[in-house]
Amino acid sequence: MSKEYRFIGKRTPRKDALEIVTGKATYIGDIKKPELLYGKILRSPYPHAEITRIKTDKSEALHGVAAVLTYKNVPDWRTGIPRHVPVLDRKVRFVGDAVAIVAAETAEIASEALDLIEVEYEQLPPVYDVEEAIEPDAPQLHADFPRNLMPLDIPTFGPKTLSEVVMGDVEKGFDEADVIAEGTYGYENIANPLPIEPPGVIARWEDENRLTVWSGTQCASWHRFIMQSKMGFPDIRAIDTQCGGSFGSKNYAPLPLFYAAALAKVTGRPVKVCFTKEEHFGAFVLRLGSRFRGKIGIKKDGTVTAVSGVWFVDTGAFSDMAQAQVAVGCGEAQLMLRCPNWDLRTRLVCTNRSASGVVRGFGGQELESALSPILTMAMEKASLDPVEFFKKNYVKPGEGYFWREGNYWVSRGRDYSEAIDSGARAFGWNEKWKGWLKPTAVNGAKRTGVGVGIHGNADVGEDESEAYVRLNPDATATIYVNISESGMGQRSSLCKMAAEVLQLPLARIHITPADTMVNPFEFGLVGSRGTYAVGSAVIEAAEDARQKLLELAAPKLEAAPEDLETRDGSIYRKERPEAGISWSGAMGIMRTCMGFGRFEPDYSVPNFLIQFVEVEVDTETGRVDLRQVLSATDVGQIIDPLSLEGQLHGALGSAGIDTALFEESILDRTTGHMLNINMIDYKWRTFLELPRFENVILETPLPTHRFKAIGVGEIATSPGPGAVLMAVSNALGVKVSEYPLTPDKILRALGKTGRGKTV
Amino acid sequence: MSSMKEEDREKIAFTVNGVSYELEVGNQPYQIAPSHTLAHTLRETLGLTGTKVGCDQGACGSCTVLMDGDPVLSCMTLTVECHGRSIITIEGLQDRQTGKLNPLQQAFIDNTAFQCGFCTPGMIMAAKSLLEKNPTPNKQDVKEALAGHYCRCISHYHVVEAVLEAAKKGR
Repeated sequence: MSKEYRFIGKRTPRKDALEIVTGKATYIGDIKKPELLYGKILRSPYPHAEITRIKTDKSEALHGVAAVLTYKNVPDWRTGIPRHVPVLDRKVRFVGDAVAIVAAETAEIASEALDLIEVEYEQLPPVYDVEEAIEPDAPQLHADFPRNLMPLDIPTFGPKTLSEVVMGDVEKGFDEADVIAEGTYGYENIANPLPIEPPGVIARWEDENRLTVWSGTQCASWHRFIMQSKMGFPDIRAIDTQCGGSFGSKNYAPLPLFYAAALAKVTGRPVKVCFTKEEHFGAFVLRLGSRFRGKIGIKKDGTVTAVSGVWFVDTGAFSDMAQAQVAVGCGEAQLMLRCPNWDLRTRLVCTNRSASGVVRGFGGQELESALSPILTMAMEKASLDPVEFFKKNYVKPGEGYFWREGNYWVSRGRDYSEAIDSGARAFGWNEKWKGWLKPTAVNGAKRTGVGVGIHGNADVGEDESEAYVRLNPDATATIYVNISESGMGQRSSLCKMAAEVLQLPLARIHITPADTMVNPFEFGLVGSRGTYAVGSAVIEAAEDARQKLLELAAPKLEAAPEDLETRDGSIYRKERPEAGISWSGAMGIMRTCMGFGRFEPDYSVPNFLIQFVEVEVDTETGRVDLRQVLSATDVGQIIDPLSLEGQLHGALGSAGIDTALFEESILDRTTGHMLNINMIDYKWRTFLELPRFENVILETPLPTHRFKAIGVGEIATSPGPGAVLMAVSNALGVKVSEYPLTPDKILRALGKTGRGKTV
Repeated sequence: MSSMKEEDREKIAFTVNGVSYELEVGNQPYQIAPSHTLAHTLRETLGLTGTKVGCDQGACGSCTVLMDGDPVLSCMTLTVECHGRSIITIEGLQDRQTGKLNPLQQAFIDNTAFQCGFCTPGMIMAAKSLLEKNPTPNKQDVKEALAGHYCRCISHYHVVEAVLEAAKKGR
């Protein structure tokens, strides 16, 4: 497809490649400011307690300490939805909750000062289980939220924000079903997306009301337009550095920003707060806990007749994005399952462990991974091939769904059946799939099995984007768009789109740093929206600028603008490319041409990914080896082949597929401490354990985008967990449904350990 | 401490990317504290921020630099132990005169063998050490040499390609 394009679809180096491979790329930890102070946080050793006494005088007296703040003297800023989480509180709600913050001349002095703060606590009973937490006599975390239930009727996405899926008549639906599967299953690993770089923020007050914030975050505008409302509306200038990975978790960093800005306010100096890895593990953000108690009815032909149940969503101590994730999760479930009868209710609950935040998959991965065991049970009862089931039930053009803001949308995207078939062929699904609970192969103690999962998202066109493109007389172009680079290569891909519109070599396209003072509004790179939403704004701005340039050139070339073309900085009449004038010839050297583009939300074009996995299980040791992953999708048009491939490889990272195998934050429910908050004990996949990984990417042009493309990167992590449960169950011949499938669970499922057994 | 004579002060001398440094040991901000790691000294004292610190726990590999040709975790190495050593960091790979990149750097660019790029300097340093010891590695050799390097974006597949390509071109 890309033959008709010069830049789109071609392998081109990332614009920031040289900086990255030479160590010049600048991340938040690399930045210093004159007069910089370093902030550190004193953290609670208890999961639930009141601070009865706190003394800071010794800490304040330490040489080099500039400020010590506690709940008594911090600014009254609040995060969370609704806004209820202060900078520091008199109460602590998880092990690692902030108790006091210190700014000092060096990080070492700040750490030393923490040890000199004297705190006395009155311990309170904690609650960790999402269903125990909503019992009437459960310990209560927040005074305003009885039974630990967080409100869902918050207009996160407007007055009709989706918080449940209720439609049709589920009783009638279950009557029509041939099989009904029911149960309670959890996806409660509370895994950590764990980008390699811990979060960090530098804050500096320029005057009483003007705050500058530098951070290595994913969505450069959030530290302005979202944080303003949490901090009494100061004028915030938010600047992003290169971001060392995010996967949603560093979309923004409200608490690190609070700490840095509060300390900067009282000291009158810039303050840097960079979390340690331990803090990153234990006091930043985890995946939501998810449990589904319910049932699904289907017919023998794979028609889904009813889905009902309660989705319990565990935010940990608080969350400032959970309602949005519930909304998107409810939408994504409908994309996955075409069904006329729903009664899916939700409970958003807080418990005494560190907070959940945004993670790639954004509610959908959490809901679907908990639904998956019930869904597979239904398919198994009906003897359905899961590939055929998914193909039949994924939303098709002309079919509809309620999306996150509560409106009903009809898909004008594509039918992904061809992508599903292509993926199945490439994987050899028909040869490997032997039926439910049947291994693909048995080799002594080792048994092989296959599984499959899908995921789709209609957020590729979410929210607003604006961009300017400025054409300069020296035949260069500058894109003004407020996006940071956190790994997806999108800054480069946007340059390719502009280069294609302007027919200008990539080296002549520049993109502004992510800085809210420089750039127009941009929501940020979330939900695979970079290609469609941000891309469309940039393309429109480039087209607008090009039009203005051609209008300037028209009288000089004695032609109408529509009869003109520009390529490589020359403007000419279409029939006479040899008789061109330069951009400076058209506009003079004391002028620029500025174009503007804006994208309005459009939830009518869902993306899609199917993932096939093959596992080998050692029935003697219980070890599961992920041997092969194959992802298939249709992206309309590849923009940058290597970036796209990398995004899809990301299925193995950021609390994705391996949440089915070994990734989990282990919470000790007797002390409230996380037991594996370091990179040795928190398990991650190494180079030596890479499975064979293939991507089957179709390119069927999609009319909604100038270059016929749609984004897909975000959802790479989501289909995998359920697929792995299915594959392991098939390998063993025994249904296993508990994430993650560590060897102990495998051996227990095989009856080799457990009550009355020894290994 | 300040009353101590110049010659009595303990000093640590080493080279970084061919440049000699002699640093005083002490607890002043401009000195090397006995607790300072090499990663801290490189980044905070010498301003060589190309070396990244992902975990500061010796587990992620991002802070890898070469010490006398061998990859070491600079977050687990005390600077006071580096006396007499020769250190190479990511900043030392590009030819300063010609601007020519090390073949590994070029191969990482050509294969987009990074996503967020934070783990990349450490991986390139480990790969450099591998290629010096084994100029003709196979896929498994590369994976073993990089097994201690964490990348959450999953650049692994492209990194393996890049290292093999650099090895091939270097032959």
